[in-house]
Amino acid sequence: MANIASTTASAGTDVTARALREAVFAGLISLGLFVLFVGLKSDQNIRNELILNQRWGLLAIFVIVAAVGRFLMVAYVQPALARRKAAKAEAEDVAKEEGFVSRNFSKLAIAFLLVYPPIIVAVFGVQGSLKWVDNFGIQILIYVMLAWGLNIVVGLAGLLDLGYVAFYAVGAYSYALLSTYFGLSFWILLPVAGILAAFWGMILGFPVLRLRGDYLAIVTLAFGEIIRLVLINWTEVTKGTFGVSGIAKATLFGIKFDASKDGFAALMGLPMSSAYYKIFLFYLILALCLLTAYVTIRLRRMPIGRAWEALREDEIACRSLGINTVTTKLTAFATGAMFGGIAGSFFAVRQGFVSPESFVFLESAVILAIVVLGGMGSLTGIAVAAVVMIGGTEILRELSFLKMVFGPDFTPELYRMLIFGLAMVVVMVWKPRGFVGSREPTAFLHERKAVSGSFTKEGHG
Amino acid sequence: MARETTTMTKDPILKVEHLSMRFGGLMAINDFSFEAYRGDITALIGPNGAGKTTVFNCITGFYKPTMGMITMKQKAGKEYLLERLPDFEITKHAKVARTFQNIRMFSGLTVLENLLVAQHNKLMQASGYTFLGLLGFPAYRQASREAIDLAKHWLEKASLIDRADDPAGDLSYGAQRRLEIARAMCTGPELLCLDEPAAGLNPRESLALNELLRGIRVDTGTSILLIEHDMSVVMEISDHVVVLEYGQKISDGTPDFVKNDPKVIAAYLGVEDEEVEAVIEQIEEIEGGQGGTN
Repeated sequence: MANIASTTASAGTDVTARALREAVFAGLISLGLFVLFVGLKSDQNIRNELILNQRWGLLAIFVIVAAVGRFLMVAYVQPALARRKAAKAEAEDVAKEEGFVSRNFSKLAIAFLLVYPPIIVAVFGVQGSLKWVDNFGIQILIYVMLAWGLNIVVGLAGLLDLGYVAFYAVGAYSYALLSTYFGLSFWILLPVAGILAAFWGMILGFPVLRLRGDYLAIVTLAFGEIIRLVLINWTEVTKGTFGVSGIAKATLFGIKFDASKDGFAALMGLPMSSAYYKIFLFYLILALCLLTAYVTIRLRRMPIGRAWEALREDEIACRSLGINTVTTKLTAFATGAMFGGIAGSFFAVRQGFVSPESFVFLESAVILAIVVLGGMGSLTGIAVAAVVMIGGTEILRELSFLKMVFGPDFTPELYRMLIFGLAMVVVMVWKPRGFVGSREPTAFLHERKAVSGSFTKEGHG
Repeated sequence: MARETTTMTKDPILKVEHLSMRFGGLMAINDFSFEAYRGDITALIGPNGAGKTTVFNCITGFYKPTMGMITMKQKAGKEYLLERLPDFEITKHAKVARTFQNIRMFSGLTVLENLLVAQHNKLMQASGYTFLGLLGFPAYRQASREAIDLAKHWLEKASLIDRADDPAGDLSYGAQRRLEIARAMCTGPELLCLDEPAAGLNPRESLALNELLRGIRVDTGTSILLIEHDMSVVMEISDHVVVLEYGQKISDGTPDFVKNDPKVIAAYLGVEDEEVEAVIEQIEEIEGGQGGTN
């Protein structure tokens, strides 16, 4: 007993001594490095003479930070990491029992989303709920749907599509134009927008089918830009950069959400508020998302879904098994585009206004980033990634306490993209295959085992 | 003509006539003709770079031959001109399946899923091109159960049944080879083309492979065309050997005949300079003899 205690004690002093030694070295190295960079600063005085400013205090701070940092790293962080690693290695032998939450994550998430608007209304009041339901709820769910749609193309079929926002635009403009010019209702135009986007997906698909990888990415990127430029320049129909405004709102079985006598609020005997319409839209996009997820899950167990995944793994082997890769790729493009189009028409009805500015390349990049960050092919991972990315950027608008930390000039909105990028780098270092890197098999004989991400391929385009 | 009469009882499943394949200035295959007979295991052998894999790629549609005709005759009597079909239709309609020299697995899919992908066309039809299946029609459920049964059958044959739910990329090299053959068999082929199935296998795995191939021939009546370097495999299991050198056929016959053919020996072992003339003489003698019987 005493023996063990003494060895651990000596190990402890060993580490401390080593840490001290390394801290001194780190301090010396940083002193050598920074003495000319930081300690001395050449400047011009008022008579244009070169003078040397001495900044020994700043240099001391640099050196101290390096030394203390090294000390903490060696003395505490590294042993802690080693301990964690050892504990993990031990724990791997024991069969891991998943917790209740992780087993039923998707069910819990859906239940939470169903009760989310009432909770928000109860907490913030009807008027106060607007921001939370609209900016957070609806905004995130639109991106969840878009990312799930793109997931079919990129995650399952392995075709890198950088112009996905084009289909979103096709859907949005389909609804905006057809409802303005022909007065068709939202419920008719929702599937129509999906079909039109799918049709455009096929039109894009045909010429690019021979391309793979980077080439495909570039062509799809160009296609997205073409759609946007057409929307800008075809002014007679699309009104160009002014956009289409005054788009009809959706109705619930013919009940309008306005201040009229037979509007929703009047019928329900509630005071008029735009929040009811937002809550209605929230449930609508939730239903559309669930439809997307349901179709994706069903499709994966169909031959076409397996063919998509097989295509991502090896296209030549697919052809040797009698799979028509042309139609398989086209269906992937069309299905993904269809969901993009449906999301687009929802976007138009939510905004009441569409303009080409909403469909810039950045949108495609954000959607693709959500898919990659979430883990290609995994619906849960992608939903989580959408919450983190879109919710995260929205929440940065709310963080006024940062002003107290960084001074009154600090506007967190301006740093949104910086923080966004940093977060992506961190996640990619920490989980290179995305939040959910493993793949659920679509069929099994004995037991369902997740396929580790190291076996799945990203596709070659 | 003599050989024709002896093989009259044998019904050719694949007829390759005057096949030529040119890559730029290189004539990879030059006027190559042979026949593979139904129910036989036909081996295509030859030194490195002889053009064996090119012949395979022409047969399975991955290359379009410069010249020549490749006829596949199915059991039901239907004939297909393979050089005119796109590659995926050769598997789908003409029922010719193939494997690859460097294994092409769907490594991220499980072993079972690999075999289900191979049954794509059948399942696609059963699912009403996805639409009926998406709506939950029972026909698809029935078909997918049958597909899993067929997959199970081939997993047992390839002794991979215990690994069914593991990712294909996790299998050992020999197991991946067997899986690739099982996957090709799941497409329900009449002719199975194997590109060096024994490459990189240890003797035990090689034996297991022989068993699997013999089993395939006996149980399903599938004809097999294989490229192989491993002579123990070729001589043991094949009924008919075709030897290719520099894109031309140099010998064609039973394994015993080919083994003793001086041209084949010369092609494989090379000959000393002084022996060349002797060999050529010998060859001429033999050819003269053959011409006589013809």
